[in-house]
Amino acid sequence: MLVLAIDTSNRALTVALATPQQLLGEVTLNVKQTHSDGLMPALTYLFKATKKVPADLDRVVVAQGPGSYTGIRIAVTTAKTLAWTLNKALVGISSLAVIASNVLEQGRLIVPLFDARRNAVFTGAYQWQEGRLVNILADRHVALGDWLEQLAATKKPVTFVGDTAVFSDQLTAALGGRAEIASAACALPRGSQLAALGSQLTPVTNVHSFVPTYLRMTEAEANWLKEHPANEGHEPYVEEI
Amino acid sequence: MEETARQRELILAFESSCDETSVAVVENGDKILSNVIASQINSQKRFGGVVPEVASRHHVEQVTLCAEEAMTQAGVSYADLTAVAVTYGPGLVGALLIGVSAAKAVAFAHQLPLVPVNHMAGHIYAARLVKPLTYPLLALLVSGGHTEIVYMQAAGKFEIIGDTRDDAAGEAFDKVGRVLNLAYPAGKKIDDLAKQGQDTFHFPRAMMRENNYDFSFSGLKSAFINTVHNAQQRGEALVPADLAASFQASVIDVIVAKTMRAVKEYGVNQLVMAGGVAANSGLRARFQQEIAAQAPELDFVVPPLRLCGDNGAMIGAAAHVFYAQGIRGDGHLNAQPGLSFAYMTPERRATFSK
Repeated sequence: MLVLAIDTSNRALTVALATPQQLLGEVTLNVKQTHSDGLMPALTYLFKATKKVPADLDRVVVAQGPGSYTGIRIAVTTAKTLAWTLNKALVGISSLAVIASNVLEQGRLIVPLFDARRNAVFTGAYQWQEGRLVNILADRHVALGDWLEQLAATKKPVTFVGDTAVFSDQLTAALGGRAEIASAACALPRGSQLAALGSQLTPVTNVHSFVPTYLRMTEAEANWLKEHPANEGHEPYVEEI
Repeated sequence: MEETARQRELILAFESSCDETSVAVVENGDKILSNVIASQINSQKRFGGVVPEVASRHHVEQVTLCAEEAMTQAGVSYADLTAVAVTYGPGLVGALLIGVSAAKAVAFAHQLPLVPVNHMAGHIYAARLVKPLTYPLLALLVSGGHTEIVYMQAAGKFEIIGDTRDDAAGEAFDKVGRVLNLAYPAGKKIDDLAKQGQDTFHFPRAMMRENNYDFSFSGLKSAFINTVHNAQQRGEALVPADLAASFQASVIDVIVAKTMRAVKEYGVNQLVMAGGVAANSGLRARFQQEIAAQAPELDFVVPPLRLCGDNGAMIGAAAHVFYAQGIRGDGHLNAQPGLSFAYMTPERRATFSK
């Protein structure tokens, strides 16, 4: 089984080609760039360097979000279009799980953090159980203070990974000695990890309806629903004309 | 038999610049094999206009569905395709990126050439789906985002000779529609209302007599809003049909007068009108009337309504021309929200003046 993995959720861009047995190649860039500019050249190089062609693929695995809305849309659109047009399997993985999987410590809660601004985060809690990364607390968009209270209540040791630098004071203040911060290297998503995570899962049944996990409604829609709780008279939102 | 197969150029074209996701298959630049359009109007009308983030989200939901239906309706396989084309600007950046990402993925997957298309070129080439274009021609592009007159000396050559200095004509329609409490998009509703009224308010005709081909609609919009507000303060009720008729008459007077002047100065034999506002029945009727009176030889081409709005077929029609010119995109192709044709240089402009 040949797996292509794609993650452009945040600043880094990472793509990999792998079989369940071994990694064939990975391209990871960690520079400020537009992913629309960088993604396809990285894929082109990856296939060429590994002497593969897109038709050789069996499965496309994509980091589905949360993350930058534009970033996750580019990865998801590219992945779902490849899967659809080549008639291959498609698997979506949490972008938070991708960096959580860089932390190999057993027994601790692994808590990835993406800075969502205004002291809020995209986050969740993971744990290794029998060699598999298991989601313990679902991915969410949450005020950091509320989240830290919830984590403190678990009484478990926690390893934070991701955008930890800006929040480090708050993390240690809330959890004291139970908090550890993973090395900066762990915050970088790796296509190889994504491929490994995605190899184990069952593919989506409908590629067309596959969309990013934004975890946040748009402000316009949230305001609309506040004023129109019954959401009357507008669905279906998109119609063929 | 083989000869025919080779001559059959098939382009799969993606369009996602605003609030329509559309994918089409076009044969030889003038025959629509499929043109699937998914409109978000039902969603965006909740907000009284297009919210970019909402638009981008809908495009991701729709893009492969539209593409699959376009391929199925056309009855073609990837092996039959000559190229993949996509709108890369102008438009909403997040929306454009969905079409660009999908088109790049299809081109990469099947090793097909990628042809980037300027959305405005697409609007002009919608006319090619109706009849052959004869150069030099003028194209009047009127939509929610644009009001411009483009001179085309030859296929695939575009020079702007006039543009709006502020609001696009379609934008003015939507803003005035809001004042009249008409649901978004208001163009068709104002057009219908205008038919029942008279031009009683005599709004300004901005820049109509100026010696250029530029437009301005923000003054008209302000005059309209002031008229309505002043009446409200006096507790006076104005006739909506007359307001709509007066507004529309001002827009039409300016657009038609300046375009007809350009037609004469540039000595063209064909005038193409395209973009969403080209659907306006008052505008179409006035052009027909003025052309009959002033330039009966002029070939006036307006695509049918379905091809005046955003659609993939027009992108495929334009891509046919660009493909022949050797224009190709690579993996780096990015959305260019502010993409525009170049203005005609003053030197070239001078060669046309009498």
